[in-house]
Amino acid sequence: MLVIKDLYAKVEGKDILKGINLTVNAGEVHAIMGPNGSGKSTLANVLAGHSNFEVTHGSVTFNGKDIFEMSPDVRAKEGLFLSFQYPVEIPGVSMVNFLKTAVNEHRKYRNEKELSAGDFLKLMREKKAMVQIDSQLTNRSVNEGFSGGEKKKNEIFQMAMLEPKLAILDETDSGLDIDALRIVSNGVNMLKSKDNATILVTHYQRLLDYIVPDFVHVLYEGRIVKSAGKELALELEAKGYDWIKKELGE
Amino acid sequence: MADVLEKISAVQRISGLLDNNLSKIEEGLPAWVNQIRQPALKAFQRMGIPGFRTENYKYTDLTRLFGNENFRRAYVPDDFEVDLSEVFSCDVPEFDTHLILVVNGWYDEKSNRNTTYPDGVVVKSFRRAMIENSDLVMNYYAKLAPVNEDPLTALNTMFSQDGVFIHIPDHVHISKPLQIINILRSEDDLYVTQRNLIIAGKNSQVKLMICDHTLMPQQFINNNLTEIQLGQDAVADIYSIQNQHNKTASLSGIYVHQEQGSQLVTNAITLHGGIIRNNLKVLLDGEYASAKICGLALSDKNQHVDNYTNIEHIKPNCESNQLYKNILDDNSTGGFTGRIHVLPYAVKTAAYQRNNNVLLTNAARMNTKPQLVIDNDDVKCSHGATVGRINDEALFYLQARGINEKEARLMLMFAFAHEVLAEVKIEKLRDVIDKLVNKRLRGEVSKCHSCAMDCIR
Repeated sequence: MLVIKDLYAKVEGKDILKGINLTVNAGEVHAIMGPNGSGKSTLANVLAGHSNFEVTHGSVTFNGKDIFEMSPDVRAKEGLFLSFQYPVEIPGVSMVNFLKTAVNEHRKYRNEKELSAGDFLKLMREKKAMVQIDSQLTNRSVNEGFSGGEKKKNEIFQMAMLEPKLAILDETDSGLDIDALRIVSNGVNMLKSKDNATILVTHYQRLLDYIVPDFVHVLYEGRIVKSAGKELALELEAKGYDWIKKELGE
Repeated sequence: MADVLEKISAVQRISGLLDNNLSKIEEGLPAWVNQIRQPALKAFQRMGIPGFRTENYKYTDLTRLFGNENFRRAYVPDDFEVDLSEVFSCDVPEFDTHLILVVNGWYDEKSNRNTTYPDGVVVKSFRRAMIENSDLVMNYYAKLAPVNEDPLTALNTMFSQDGVFIHIPDHVHISKPLQIINILRSEDDLYVTQRNLIIAGKNSQVKLMICDHTLMPQQFINNNLTEIQLGQDAVADIYSIQNQHNKTASLSGIYVHQEQGSQLVTNAITLHGGIIRNNLKVLLDGEYASAKICGLALSDKNQHVDNYTNIEHIKPNCESNQLYKNILDDNSTGGFTGRIHVLPYAVKTAAYQRNNNVLLTNAARMNTKPQLVIDNDDVKCSHGATVGRINDEALFYLQARGINEKEARLMLMFAFAHEVLAEVKIEKLRDVIDKLVNKRLRGEVSKCHSCAMDCIR
């Protein structure tokens, strides 16, 4: 589904990603872990198409298509979803209008008929129940005045509405209390299928108690330095990242 | 030096117009109206054409506009064959208003003859009001808008002949909104003077919508002045939509005097126009009076939109709240000056002001200036101004959900604008304005004269 080959990228002239290789197949859950500043969020943003990040080398294909040929909205419509680490507040843009536009843009892209207002509201009700988002939140402007936990839940709700093929969850667990973490994780697990894939970008092992990964990768100084099964996460939790650094001979 | 000469000559030329056409201008009007023309002329000559050096006109230089014009003046109403009420009869179905048509500053008797008003509400030509309702009109005329404070006001008073007069008697709530449509239409370039007076009696309520349109591609200068008296506990909502082509200069003044407990809402939506200067002065001259003052301007090309507000808190316990926003594209320029003056006796004043602006290009420019003069300690005041761009992170967020960049930008601009539109309390009107602003942001309101009518259809 996603094939990243020798990917280099920089931000404001500084090299952050220095040769990433990663393949994600349908049905898989990948966790990308690593210390602060290792490039985890950069990778997530590069995949989604943020213009602050400049790709200097390498290739990424998504379902066989070169993603660097696609604008961020086209990537989204191809089925790539980024759950933001810091979802931005957009006063004046109502949740309903925003989601209706987004859902219908996806449908138009697939040559499907746009949803009627009634069908859209019905879909929204279903998905809200599924991810247990407070029904009041969709009456407000996008993320405006939402608490940290509400913002993250809202990301998962949007994911449920858009049903992506590949979801990249950037530090979705940060700032969540235990109840919110459970709700968010339940949402992700419920949306999981054999046809889609998930990349969890996280600093801590905690999230992986709820969403069990098939693969764990350690990102360090812009490269994936270690990949293994879910047991790697526990090892990292116990020993910290210094252990990896030592192994690398630093 | 040349600059100075030009200014002097424009003032002289305009002074000459008054002298040379005095009998035409004064004909039929009572002496007490005509007697104010000479003091107005003197005030105008003293203050001159507003330019960079004129106090309060720092952001709008009109010397070139007046220096270059030698437009026709309509000292008598132009006679058009068509009944404009037919042209404008196709209204927004759910938005039913009492239509008042004004052509080139003259109340259009022919088009307005069939409109009737309930409960003693009087709507008529200001000219007729000056003649027939002298006792009432003379209490306010050139008193709410004194000639010595502002050159455009002086100019208006020198040449004033007609406009709209509205009187809402005490305790009358007129539920159907009044809609004044100001039409500019001429075969040659035209300078228009329009003068209006609105009196809302004690405990009365009125909603007024003012639409400015150009129906022909000629150049126009429109000097439009409105005096508004709000009696005790009167409630007035005044919405204006400026949608004139870009060869029009719209120089307008609104002067409001508020008595105890009265409530004013104004909202000026500027969609199109070449040079636009809106002066708004509000005197909060009775306890517990309140004024909510809003404006939204969308400009592109070489448009210039300048809003100047002057809120005088005279009595205690009054509240004023200002919200102005501009979205500036291309080479357009904008200005906002918000003056708040709290007098020594006006304790427990609450006065707020905010001006937010978005520049879409590097060439667009916005000048914003709060001017707070507070002469007592027992007040709550705040002001804030921002000039910025479309938020890139918000743009990316929308794009990352599958919304293309163009649509995402429009959503963000509309969201920015909507805060002002949300203050329009007539739901149907808000829907109409919402649609207009949306169309304007999409570039779908064309600039030619023929479209001007679309916005009320």
